[in-house]
Amino acid sequence: MALELRNITKRVGGDLHIKPTNLVLETGHFNVLLGETGAGKTSLIKLMAGLDPIASGQLFMDGEDVTAQNTQTRNISLVHQFFVNYPHMTVFDNIASPLRVAGMAKSELEDRVAEAADILQLKPMLDRRPHELSGGQQQRCALARAIAKESKAVFLDEPLANLDYKLREELRDQLPELFAGRGAVVVYATSEPEEALLLGGKTALMNDGCVAQFGTTADIYRNPQTLLAAEIFSDPPINVAEIEKRGNEAKMGFNISWQLKGDAANLADGNYKIAVRANHVLPFQTEEASVPITGHVLVTELSGSESSAHFKAEMADWVSLARGVHPYHVGEDHQFFMNPSECFVFAPDGTLVG
Amino acid sequence: MKTENQRAWFFVLPVLLLVAFNALIPMMTVVNYSVQETFGNNLFFWQGLDWFQNLMRSERFHAALGRQFMFTGLILLIEIPLGVAIAMSMPRKGFWVSICLVTMALPMLIPWNVVGAMWNIFTLPDIGLLGYFLNHVLGIPYDMTQNIFAAWVTIIVMDVWHWTSLVVLLSYAGLVSIPEAYYQAAKIDGASNFAVFRFIQLPKMKNVLTIAVLLRFIDSFNIYTEPFVLTGGGPGNSTTLLSIDLVKIALGQFDLGPAAAMSLIYFAITLLVSWLFFTLMTKDDAR
Repeated sequence: MALELRNITKRVGGDLHIKPTNLVLETGHFNVLLGETGAGKTSLIKLMAGLDPIASGQLFMDGEDVTAQNTQTRNISLVHQFFVNYPHMTVFDNIASPLRVAGMAKSELEDRVAEAADILQLKPMLDRRPHELSGGQQQRCALARAIAKESKAVFLDEPLANLDYKLREELRDQLPELFAGRGAVVVYATSEPEEALLLGGKTALMNDGCVAQFGTTADIYRNPQTLLAAEIFSDPPINVAEIEKRGNEAKMGFNISWQLKGDAANLADGNYKIAVRANHVLPFQTEEASVPITGHVLVTELSGSESSAHFKAEMADWVSLARGVHPYHVGEDHQFFMNPSECFVFAPDGTLVG
Repeated sequence: MKTENQRAWFFVLPVLLLVAFNALIPMMTVVNYSVQETFGNNLFFWQGLDWFQNLMRSERFHAALGRQFMFTGLILLIEIPLGVAIAMSMPRKGFWVSICLVTMALPMLIPWNVVGAMWNIFTLPDIGLLGYFLNHVLGIPYDMTQNIFAAWVTIIVMDVWHWTSLVVLLSYAGLVSIPEAYYQAAKIDGASNFAVFRFIQLPKMKNVLTIAVLLRFIDSFNIYTEPFVLTGGGPGNSTTLLSIDLVKIALGQFDLGPAAAMSLIYFAITLLVSWLFFTLMTKDDAR
C-alpha cells in the first residue's frame, strides 16, 4: 500500500495554493508533514482525502488512480486538530459509524469496536456521549474510529495540538504503536519539529504550498538540502549568518573567524551563508564549541532543564540553547561559543554546499 | 444580618395581573358558562355537566373533530417533509441566501384574512386566475364552492402555501448550525447522502423540528380565519373545522353553555396532543 502524489496542485481563486507536489507515502512508518501554520499541510491532506478538488495532477492509492474518486469510496480516515465526533451518538456508535455505513455484520462490528476501544482505553465510556468526555477522551474516540475502520490511509491533522502537555506526550508515545502493523499509510501533520523527530519515519518539510525536502526524518534533520529546509526543521529558529571564505579561513563579521574543515574547506573562495542550530551555540567553551562570539542578551527563557538566550551579536540575532540553568543577565554582554563542525554551509542561493 | 423581605412579590405583581386579566379570568368565565344555561337577561340556571355529556354524544361535534384532525394531519404530513426538503435545497452561503430567505418569509407576512380572500378570488372558477385556468384552459372541472374534494384541496394548498415557510426557516436554521467538519467526517466514513441526512442532518434538526411540529399543530388545530374566509365552512359542512363550528354555536346560535363546554374540551385536546408530541419527540434527550 502506498499513496503517490504526482504533480498535484490546488487552486484557490487564481492562486496556486499547493504548487506541483510529488510524494510517495508508504506504509510501515509515519509520514510527517512538517511546516508552519499556513504552509499547506491541511490543504494537502484535504486533497489526498478528496475533500477539496485537485486542480491538476494525479493521486494514486495502491497503484490505482483515485484522482476522480469521491471521498466516500476512498476508504480513508481523518482525525482533526479539534475533536470531531457525532454529538448525538454514543462513543460506541461513533466508533461503529464507518463500519455500519460499510454494512458490516453485527458480531464483527462489535469485535472491532471492542478492540479499538480497548487499545484507546475507552471501554468504560462506550455508552457515553462525546460531550460527557474530556478533551483527551474525545480525541481518543476520534482515533478509535480511525483505527476500527482499518482504512487504507489515515490522515492525522495535528491531532494532539489541542490537548494539554501531558496527554499530548502520552498519546504521542502510543500513536506509532497504534498504527503499527495495520497496513495503512499514516500521514501526520504537525507544526512542531520535535514531534516529527519523536515520531520518526519519514518527513516532508512544507513551506508556502511546496515540499522543501522529503526523506527519512533523522536523515533530513541532519542533512537539510537547503537553508529553507534547515529553517523549517529547527526549533528554536536556526541561527543564520553570512561568512566570507578565504583559503581555509571563514570570517564572520570583523572579529569572528575559524578554520574550515572537511568539504567546506574545499569550496571556492567567496561569500556563503552558514546555519547552526541553537543547541550548538553554548554559553561555555568545550572542545567542539570553540568559536567565541560576544552577544548582547535580549531575552532569556528557562525551562526546567534547559536555558535559552536570544542575543544580538555583531553579525545577526542568534539563539543559544544549553542544558542546565545559566545565569544570564538581560541587557548585558555574554560570551557564547559556537561549534563550527555543526555548521551547515549554504551557497548564497540557499543550497547546501558543505 | 437578615436581608430577606417580601418585596419581590411587588415585582411579580404586574405580570400576575396581566395573566389574570387576559387568561385566567376569561378562562374562568368560560368554565362558569359551561355548567349553566341562559336565556338572556343575564339569567343563569345551573346545568351541571350536561353540556359536556351532550357534546360527547354529539355527532356534529365528532364530525367537526374528525375534520379537524384530518386537516391538521394532512398539513403536517405535507408541510414538515416539504419544509425540510426545501431547507435542504437552499444555498448555505453566497448571494442567493438572503433572496431565498426573504422569498420564504413573504407568505407569512400576509394577514390571515387577506390570505383567505386572496385564495378565494384566485380559485373562483370563472374569474379566478387558477380557477379559470383549470376549468377553461386545462378542462379540469374544479369548483371549490360546490365540490367537497376541491374545497379540501384548496384549504390544504392554501395552508401549505402560507405556513411551509415556517418549517423551512426553522429547518434551515438547524441545518446551517451544523459544522462543516461533520459533513467531512461523514464523507470520510463513506456515508451516502441519505445516511448524512438520516444520521447527521435529521438529528441536528430535531430540536427545531419539534418546535416546528408543535407550532404547526397548535396553529392549524386552532385555525379559523383562512378557511372561514375561503369556504365559509362549505360546501355544506364539509370544511367546517372545530373553530368554525364553535363560532357558529357561540355567536350564531348564541348557545353559550354548549359553546363553553366545547371550548374547554377543544382546549384540553390541544393541550393533550401538544404534550404528547413534545414528550415523544424529546424522550431521547431525557437520558
